[in-house]
Amino acid sequence: MTLANPSELAQSHPGNLQPQGWLRYFSFSLDHKVIGIQYLVCGFIFYLIGGALAGVIRTELASPMADFVSRETYNEVLTLHGTVMIFLWIVPVVNGGFGNYLIPFYVGARDMAFPRLNAVAFWLIPPAGILLISSYFLAGAAAQSGWTAYPPLSLTTPAAGQVVWILSVLLLGGSSIFGGINFIATILKLRRPGLGLMQMPMYCWAMLGTSILVVLSTPVLAGTLIMLSFDIIAHTGFFNPALGGNVVVYQHLFWFYSHPAVYIMVLPAFGLVSEILPVHARKPLFGYVTMVYSIMAIVVLGLIVWAHHMFTSGTPPWMRLFFTIATSFIAVPTGIKFFNWLATLWGGKIALNSAMLFACAFIVNFVFGGITGVALAQVPFDIHVHDTYFVVGHFHYIVYGGTVFVVFASLYHWYPKFTGRMLNEDLGRLHFLLTFIGFNLCFAPQHWLGLNGMPRRVAEYDPSFTTLNQVSSVGALLMAISTIPLLINVVLTAFKGEVAGDNPWNALTPEWLTSSPPPVENWLGEAPLVTEPYGYGHTPGKEPSSPSVKQVA
Amino acid sequence: MTILSNLADSNLTGSDLPDSELTSTNPHPTDHAPSHGDFRLFGLATFLVADGMTFAGFFAAYLTFRAVNPLPEGSSYELELLLPTINTVILVVSSLTFHQAGKACRANQLAKARSWLMVTCGLGVAFLASQMVEYFSLPFGLTDNLFASTFYALTGFHGLHVTLGVICIAIVTLQTRSNGRITATDHFGLEAAELYWHFVDGIWVVLYGILYLL
Repeated sequence: MTLANPSELAQSHPGNLQPQGWLRYFSFSLDHKVIGIQYLVCGFIFYLIGGALAGVIRTELASPMADFVSRETYNEVLTLHGTVMIFLWIVPVVNGGFGNYLIPFYVGARDMAFPRLNAVAFWLIPPAGILLISSYFLAGAAAQSGWTAYPPLSLTTPAAGQVVWILSVLLLGGSSIFGGINFIATILKLRRPGLGLMQMPMYCWAMLGTSILVVLSTPVLAGTLIMLSFDIIAHTGFFNPALGGNVVVYQHLFWFYSHPAVYIMVLPAFGLVSEILPVHARKPLFGYVTMVYSIMAIVVLGLIVWAHHMFTSGTPPWMRLFFTIATSFIAVPTGIKFFNWLATLWGGKIALNSAMLFACAFIVNFVFGGITGVALAQVPFDIHVHDTYFVVGHFHYIVYGGTVFVVFASLYHWYPKFTGRMLNEDLGRLHFLLTFIGFNLCFAPQHWLGLNGMPRRVAEYDPSFTTLNQVSSVGALLMAISTIPLLINVVLTAFKGEVAGDNPWNALTPEWLTSSPPPVENWLGEAPLVTEPYGYGHTPGKEPSSPSVKQVA
Repeated sequence: MTILSNLADSNLTGSDLPDSELTSTNPHPTDHAPSHGDFRLFGLATFLVADGMTFAGFFAAYLTFRAVNPLPEGSSYELELLLPTINTVILVVSSLTFHQAGKACRANQLAKARSWLMVTCGLGVAFLASQMVEYFSLPFGLTDNLFASTFYALTGFHGLHVTLGVICIAIVTLQTRSNGRITATDHFGLEAAELYWHFVDGIWVVLYGILYLL
C-alpha cells in the first residue's frame, strides 16, 4: 500500500527511482521526504492524543466542580496536554515535518546536509513520546506541575513522573538541536550553486531563524532540566528554597528557552504561510526584503524578552521596564509581516480553496493573538490577568489559531506533492468551517473569563463562570468533530483522490518542478535554479513589477 | 535572467532524459559529486555553539546564585588554587600539543602526529586524575550547600566533556596506526577532535576564572 498508485507513477515518469512500499516509513530512512512524512504522521498521532487530553480538560471545565476527573488527574492531564502539544506536535511538525520535506527542495539539494543525523533526530521522538505518555501509568504519578515544571511545585509532586517527564523533554530537546544544526548547515552550505541567499523562498529564512533560536536556547533548557533532576534525584538545592536554592533562577533559565520556543513554533508557520499566499493569490510575495529582516529581528528580540513571563515573580522594576519595552518592540517586525501578507493578497486573483481559507484564517487569528500579546507585555495589565484564562486564550490564539491553522493550510497545499493526489475540497471546507468556528468559540470566551479572574490550571471554578466555560467546551467539541472530515479526507484521497499531476497549483517554487510524489533524489535531472520563487503575475523575461524579487543577471 | 519563470519549462522532471541514464543502477544518477562539499566541521561547530550555551546556562545560574543567595554560616566560596591552576596549565598545554599533532598530520608526518596525540591524550588523563584528587580532598559534598552543588555540577559537566575528548583522542590515535584512516588530506576525525578539544579547553579557562578566581 503506497500513498500513490505506483503503476501510474511509473507511466508518467519512466524510470522513477522511488522505492515503493509503505515499510520505508517505518525504517531508518535517510530520505528527507520520508523523514518529513514520518515527522508529520507521528506528530499528528500525538496531536490526536493531546486533543483527547484537551477534551478531558474541557469536559471537566464544563461544570464548576471537579466531578469528571479528580484534581490530581486534572493536573496530570493538563501537564501532558501542554507537553504533548508543544514538544510532540507543534515543534516537530512545523520544523521537522515541513522543514525536512521542503528545505532541500528550496535550496536545490538532493537531501539534508546530514541525512543520518536527520534520521536520528526523528527517531528520538517516538521513544520520548511513549516515555512521556507511559508516565501516566506509573503508579498514579505522572508529572503534575504543568509544562513549565516550576519548582518548588515540581519538587513536591510525585518524583517518578517528574523525572520521566524531564527525560522525555531532554530527548526531544536533543532531537530539536540535531534538527536545528541540520537546517542551518543545509540552508547555508548546501544551496545549489547560483542560488543567492536573498533568492531563497521565505520558508528557508524562517527555518534559518528558527534553527538559530533552537541552537542558542534549547541547550539552556537542557542544562536547567538536568539541574532540576538533580534536585529531585540527588536532593541538591539548586531550586529548592528549603536548601538555600532559588526558584526564580529556574524561571529565568526556563523562559530563556521557552519564550524563544514560541517563535520556534510560530516562525516556521510565518514561512509556510508566506509560501501559500502568493501561490493562491497569484501575486509575488510583498516585501521580500522586509520579511527577511523582520524574521531576523524577531530572532534577536525573541532572545531578550523572556522575563515578560515573570512580571509577578518579584522581578525588579527596571527589569520589568526593559522587558516590557523589548516585548513591545517585537510587534514591529511582526506587524511588518502582517501587512506584507495583506499586501500580498491585495488585488490578487485569490482562489479561496481550503489551503487559502486556513491561511487567511491564520492572519485573522494571529492578529487577534498578537494584539492580546502586546497587551500582556504591559506590566499593569499583565499583573491583573497573570495566571488567568486570558493568558490561555492568548496563547492558543497564537499557537492554535496561528501555527495549527498554518499546518492545516500547508497540508491542503502540499498534500498533492506528498501523495500525487488532491484532497477533497468539500471535506476540506467542512473541516475549515468546523475548525474556525470551534476554535473561536472555544478560545474567545476565555479572554472574558480571564479578565474576570478565572485562574488557569485549576480543576474547579466559581459558578458565575459556568456559561462562558460551557460555550468554550462546545467549541472544543466542534474542534474535536472537525478532525473527522480531515481524517476521512486524508485516508480516502490517498487511495481514490483525483490525480494531482506535478504542479496542480501552477506554483513556481522548486518542489513543484518535479513529479508528485518526487523521486528519491528530488529531481531526475539537474536541480532547477529558481531565482524568482514568487514571480507570479508578470510575463516571463520582463522585469517583475514587484521590487521584492531579485534577479540574477 | 529568470531561469524558470515560464511554467512551460517547468517539466524538468526527468522524463526528457535518455532512458539509459534513468535506468542506471547508480543511486545518484545526476549531479551531486562536485557541488557537495564537506561541512561536517561546520556542523560540529554549530553543535559546539549549542553545547557552549548549556555551559552559559550553568554559568548564569552560578553567578546569579552567588549574587542573590547567601551561603549558610561556616561555608565560603574560597577554594584551594594550586591544583586547579596546574590543571589549567595542563589543558592549555594539551591544546598546543594537539595543534602540533594537526600540523604534523597536514605535513604528512603521521608518526610525529601520533606522538603528539599520545602526549595530548596523556595530558587529558592527567587532568582527569588531578580533578579526581581535588574532588576527594574537598571539604564539601554535592548536597552540602548551593555553592557545593553548583561547583560539582559545573566541574562534573566539564569533566564529562574532557572524558569524551580523551576517548576521541584515543580513537584518533589508533586511527593513525591503521593505514588510510587518517591521511594528510583526509583527516576529518582528527580535525573534529581538535576543534572539540580546543572548545573544552576554552570552557575550562572560563570556568577557572569564574569558579576559582572570582
